[in-house]
Order: sequence, then C-alpha cells, then structure tokens
Amino acid sequence: MAELKLPISEKEIRSLVVGQFVHLSGRMITGRDAAHTWLMQEYRAEVAPYLKDTVIYHCGPVVNQKDDGSWEFVAAGPTTSIREEPYQADVIARYGLRGVIGKGGMGPMTLAGLERSGAVYLHAIGGAAQVLAEAIPRVEKVFMLEEFGVPEALWVIHVDLFPVVVSMDSHGVSLHDAVEADSKAKLKELIASKA
Amino acid sequence: MFNNVDLVETFTELIRRASTQLPAEVTDAIERGRAREVDGSMAQKALDTILVNITKAGEKSAPLCQDTGTPVVWIKYPVGVSTKRLKEDFTAAVHRATELKYLRPNAVNTLTGMNTGNGAGRGIPCIHFEEWDEPGLDVRMILKGGGSENVGIQYKLPDSRLEAGRNLEGVRRAVLDAVVQAQGKGCAPGVLGVCIGGDRVSAYEHSKEQLLRPLGDTNMDSDLAALEERLLQETNELGIGPMGFGGKTTILAVKLGVLDRLPACYFVTVTYMCWADRRAFARINQEGAISWLS
Repeated sequence: MAELKLPISEKEIRSLVVGQFVHLSGRMITGRDAAHTWLMQEYRAEVAPYLKDTVIYHCGPVVNQKDDGSWEFVAAGPTTSIREEPYQADVIARYGLRGVIGKGGMGPMTLAGLERSGAVYLHAIGGAAQVLAEAIPRVEKVFMLEEFGVPEALWVIHVDLFPVVVSMDSHGVSLHDAVEADSKAKLKELIASKA
Repeated sequence: MFNNVDLVETFTELIRRASTQLPAEVTDAIERGRAREVDGSMAQKALDTILVNITKAGEKSAPLCQDTGTPVVWIKYPVGVSTKRLKEDFTAAVHRATELKYLRPNAVNTLTGMNTGNGAGRGIPCIHFEEWDEPGLDVRMILKGGGSENVGIQYKLPDSRLEAGRNLEGVRRAVLDAVVQAQGKGCAPGVLGVCIGGDRVSAYEHSKEQLLRPLGDTNMDSDLAALEERLLQETNELGIGPMGFGGKTTILAVKLGVLDRLPACYFVTVTYMCWADRRAFARINQEGAISWLS
C-alpha cells in the first residue's frame, strides 16, 4: 500500500484514482460541522497554515488530557461527511486543502471542487475508532476548543500510516455515485419483481 | 428500596460495557458477512478493519466508535421505586462515564452550539420507564450514534413515489427505499428497527425498541417473520455493501414491530443502527446483585 506524506503536492494528489488504498503520514487537522461554517464566515489566518496542502479530517474524537496538559486521542473514527457538502468545495479552494477524510462520501459540489482545486476524498472506515486512534500518535494543538467543545474543535494532529481509501478523485470519479446508481437500479428491479 | 445500592456505579458499568464491547452475535454476523465478500475487495477490507477494531476496543476497554451516541434506555421497575431517582442516578452515570472517556461529551445546546461537556443535556440520556410486577430492576440500553440516526426515516402510506399502499408490500417498499437512501452513510452493515403503525413519536420509540431483540430471533407473527427474512435477503441484494463501498453485506438484521394506528395514519418508521450495534442489558435485584444479560 502506498504511503503518502503530508503536506502533499497537487501533482501527487492528481495521480490518485478511486479504489486506491493509501496510508497517510504527517500533519493534518480535524474539522466538522461548526468548523466548516466558521472557516467560511471569514478567512481564519491563524488556522490557514494548518490547512494548506494537507487534509481535513471529519472527526469528532474522544480526547484525554494528560497530567502534563498534553492531549491524546482515545477514539477517533470519521463522521458522516455529507453534512459539509454546502461548504466543502469552498473551504478546499479558500485554504488550499489537498483532501478530505470522512465517511459516506460527498455530493456533486464537492466532486466538482476536487477536480477544480486538485484534491481528493479519502474514505476512512466508519466506527473504526480504535484502529484509527492508534494511527494518531500526537496531538499538536487545538483551535476553538472552548467555543465548540471537544468533538467540534479543530485538532492539529500527526498521523502515522493512517489507513484510507480514495473514493472520490480529482478526475470527476466518485465510487459513491456508482454504488448509488447501481442500488437504485436494483431497487426498481426488486419492486417490479413483486406486485 | 435499592436505598443501599450504588446504582450510579452499576449504570456506569452498563455504559462501559455497551461502549467498548460489541455483543458476540453482532461480531458473528459481521464475520459471516466477511466470508461472503470477494477476497481482496474494498468490502472485505472494510469488514476486516471493523473486526480488528472490535477486538482492540474490547482489549483496551475503550470506545468502539468515537460517536458514543445517545444512551437510549428502557427501565422496568417495581412499584414504589422513584423514577426521579433512577433518572438522576442514570444521568450521574453518564457524567461519570464521560469523565472516564467511555462516552464522548456528546450533548450540544442546540441554540448556542455550546457543548454541555458532561455528556448529558435536555433529553439526553433518553430514558423510558415502565412499572412491572417483579421485585428487581431490568435495564436495557442502546448507544445510538448520530450518523445512523440521521438516516432514520418515517414514511406515510400510501406513498405515490414508491407506489406503496397500506399493506405489507407497501412496508417492504418503504424499508427497501430507506436502505437505498441511507447508502453507506449510516455505517453499513446496519441493523434495521422498524415500526409499522403508531404515531410520529411512538413509532420512532418502538422502532428503536426493536433493536433490543436478539439478531437471530424469529418474529412471533408469522407474516412479519417472513417479511423480516425477505427484507434481510433483499436489502443485501442492493449491492451497497460495507461503508457503501459496494458488496454483499449491507444489512445484518431486520426487526419489525407493530403499533396500532389512527384510521387516518399508516406510518412506516425505520431506525438505522450502525454496525457498532452497541447495547447492554442488566437485571439488578434489591440487594444490588447484577446479572448481565448481554
């Protein structure tokens, strides 16, 4: 399985295609519902360097604060991404993100945004909170913890061989569109089979 | 009654078990799904990761999923026990389990967006009480995650889009449609709790109560038993697969329940439970002795 180092170049991202399994290593940031609205309200210069050329992880972790004040992720799987559909393409373009990690896939606005900006959607396994937390050895810092609470804060994290699969690439291909179309055709067939 | 019993501790242990240990029958169903998937497929790899995750969570006594969900609880209590106290004790257990990281601080003030920080809030945990004739307590809890909660859906029959009438064929169409609409977003492979009938509120509650049933049980009503079996087969023919990656394992079980309805209403209400079908059941006697039923 290929290992991709973060930060990553547009060229490397554009070489990825749907169905490829990859391991990510390096620095990324978490952000979900409150974060996406906040990132679009105005340009957040303090967070921008942590978004540039890396990926945002749709994740609301369980976090433990150790005695020395440092943080560790106790459980950290992906949350459903489709809620960020209204914002995602703009967040990618505005902050120079190279990808999104989440689950469940995203819609046509994001797919078009990935192609335009040179980014990918990476699917992590939903609910695999222990497997994924083990791939996050370090928490560097956190933004908006007081305001958004633990699940919604933006956590700057370091990952080591974090496992994902490309399910939407920068060439306009979405695995989710294909599966949805096939399942809708099958539903029609099933309904027609019984009157 | 139960005056000398530390129910907070017992309820905290109930929460720990549910959050960190998947019932064996659920793991077995996931393993059976894995065996059906094509070797090396995305579907099989997803299930492999899930199975490794289940083992790790159990060994580490840490949450299976970071979305530790809403504790939805059904408590049966003998006459004379204060439900006010039971609610206070359960809420205290949610606070404690949140401190211990068995639960994520998961309650958000809807208007301000501020997290309460302690896991509890207005309507959380969600507890249903019923008096019974036994001397002890019967406590059954599921941890209901938000991603799968978002793909729950309520149909009102007849439904012209689905050409679904007020009969079991209409119910079948609604349930199949619900699974297609959910795709992988509810963390497939899922378990479906369905209520046929009821009102808009009672139906959702009853659909969730179906999730307390063992995955492999048989419905007492033979027509519903046949429909459960048929829907299990047909939902897995849709090809959605684990995580919506495509594959043969989309739904692990379908459980249908029924409530009576008004002449004007015919609801089909579907609750989607993710693969992390977390639950824990306990009986507690008056001396505080616990028997774990799951």
